[in-house]
Amino acid sequence: MDKKDILKRYRFYYKKKIFIIILLFFISLFFIIFSTKIGTFNISFSDIINSFFNPNSREGTVLFNVRFPRIASSFVAGFGLAIAGCVMQNVLRNPLASPFTLGVSQGAAFGACVGIVLLGQGSLGTNIIISNPYFVTACAFAGSLISTLTIIFLARFKGFSPESIVLSGVALGALFSAMIIMLQYFSNEVAVTSMVFWTFGDVGRAYWNEILMMAIVVAFSFVYFLLNSLNYNAIQIGDEGAKGLGINVDRIRFVSMIVSSLITAVIVSFLGIIGFVGLVAPQAMKRMIDFDHRFILPASALMGAILLIIADIVSRTILSPVILPIGAITSFLGAPFFIYILYLKGKIK
Amino acid sequence: MFIQAKDVRFSYNSVDVLKDVNFYIEKGDLIAILGNNGAGKSTLIKCINRILKPKFGTILIEGQDVEKLGSEIAKKVSYVSQRNQATRLTVFDAVLLGRRPYVKWGISNKDLEITKGVIGMLSLQEISMRFVDELSGGELQKVIVARALVQEPSLILLDEPTNNLDIKSQIEVMNIVKQIVQEKKISSLVAIHDINLALRFIDKFILMKDGKIFASGGLEIITEENFSETFGVMAKIKNIDDRPFLVF
Repeated sequence: MDKKDILKRYRFYYKKKIFIIILLFFISLFFIIFSTKIGTFNISFSDIINSFFNPNSREGTVLFNVRFPRIASSFVAGFGLAIAGCVMQNVLRNPLASPFTLGVSQGAAFGACVGIVLLGQGSLGTNIIISNPYFVTACAFAGSLISTLTIIFLARFKGFSPESIVLSGVALGALFSAMIIMLQYFSNEVAVTSMVFWTFGDVGRAYWNEILMMAIVVAFSFVYFLLNSLNYNAIQIGDEGAKGLGINVDRIRFVSMIVSSLITAVIVSFLGIIGFVGLVAPQAMKRMIDFDHRFILPASALMGAILLIIADIVSRTILSPVILPIGAITSFLGAPFFIYILYLKGKIK
Repeated sequence: MFIQAKDVRFSYNSVDVLKDVNFYIEKGDLIAILGNNGAGKSTLIKCINRILKPKFGTILIEGQDVEKLGSEIAKKVSYVSQRNQATRLTVFDAVLLGRRPYVKWGISNKDLEITKGVIGMLSLQEISMRFVDELSGGELQKVIVARALVQEPSLILLDEPTNNLDIKSQIEVMNIVKQIVQEKKISSLVAIHDINLALRFIDKFILMKDGKIFASGGLEIITEENFSETFGVMAKIKNIDDRPFLVF
């Protein structure tokens, strides 16, 4: 390759990143198929294909009612939480930011619990069945906004450092967890069981209607984020410089945070809190490709989806036939990673 | 008259930083803004392309009010900030960002060609595929200047472009600025602390004191009296190779 022609080198580098994204896509496809086959009830390839023509068969019922919704939920939630985390990390200039570490997920969970329990929306059994998903999602969104607006206020107007912001996020998370416990105290035992179950996210909770709603929100947000990818790149180098490029930095920062909260709210209201995916997926990809948001966004999205599908497989198989909540699995993976990033940051200073 | 500022007033939390500033810039002017910390140099520069919005007064570019231009201003005026963060983007991508004001849906071949041209002009080819967070301060500054050039502006604003740079990089950056102003026939306004660096490269000056323009003009305003008034220190001016230098 001609070392002198920088355009050729740039295009080669560009193609390499596209290749990584395509590779991630195929890896996610592999795990989707793997996840379809594996479980308490093993299903062969021919059964999978047959079930599409005969959805009422025993295998078809398992696939369409249990496994496919789980996989689709994992994919959409992983995808959504990863892009939310990626954008939060950018606009707050904080590698530790994510819906979970900033307390946005906990705020959304509190909102959802208020919607379900206090206002009697939904019936409570071993699972929480949401009878009015729009209302509960709106409550979750309102809860998530409390955290988001607090974080924006502290970061922008009080000039908190990235570490202090994460500490504030932890405090917000603890506050909302405490408020959920207060709610439990005043609820009957069925509701308490449901809420405890709620605090650990579970991808087995949503069915096609809910999945579709999550997918629509995530898809529109993804498009919005991608359209702003050059703006995010510019913001990384500096606010003033980005403003000099005609970018309305304050508006983009605000809208991006709100959109990220919306993604979080929808996912939390249908699946509960799934921690750390939004932190781990973008950070892992940033170590593999650079911070160019045209690429890091789709790459983290796929990485998030892959991580949750794997976490789901682990949750279903590790103590089979018992299914562990996926939130517990992601925390096992995410918490050490969080400390690792802190450690890296400490070393740089 | 290319750029005209009329009665520009600006305040941070009710403290007046700019007090009714008036000036104009002709096409092809390279002007240094000199003054102590807090004199309003950076604020004045940021008001021109509306990074800060003046409380009062207007700024006209070729007769057009900057306020009405909106984000289109980024096609006419580019800005080199003093605060730039190193990040994990390639130099090429960082420079390419200067095309942001022109990009509608995607980056075109023209954008890539212009970026390539500017990278060549500033001799950044060798580092074009390196990451910005691996560069030295001087290299990063050149990358930011390159990004400003890719914007194809008719005015470049530079806010302390030589701060924290070693002497070699300072001279390199100032040479680049001077060269592009001459070659591309554009104008430039440079807020700068190092008076002698300014005197060596620049022929027109705005002296600022307490949010006001104390004096403006060519080398004729570079007098010992003006300097002691502007900076509040006694200094002597010596000529070396027909250029004045300030000796403290």
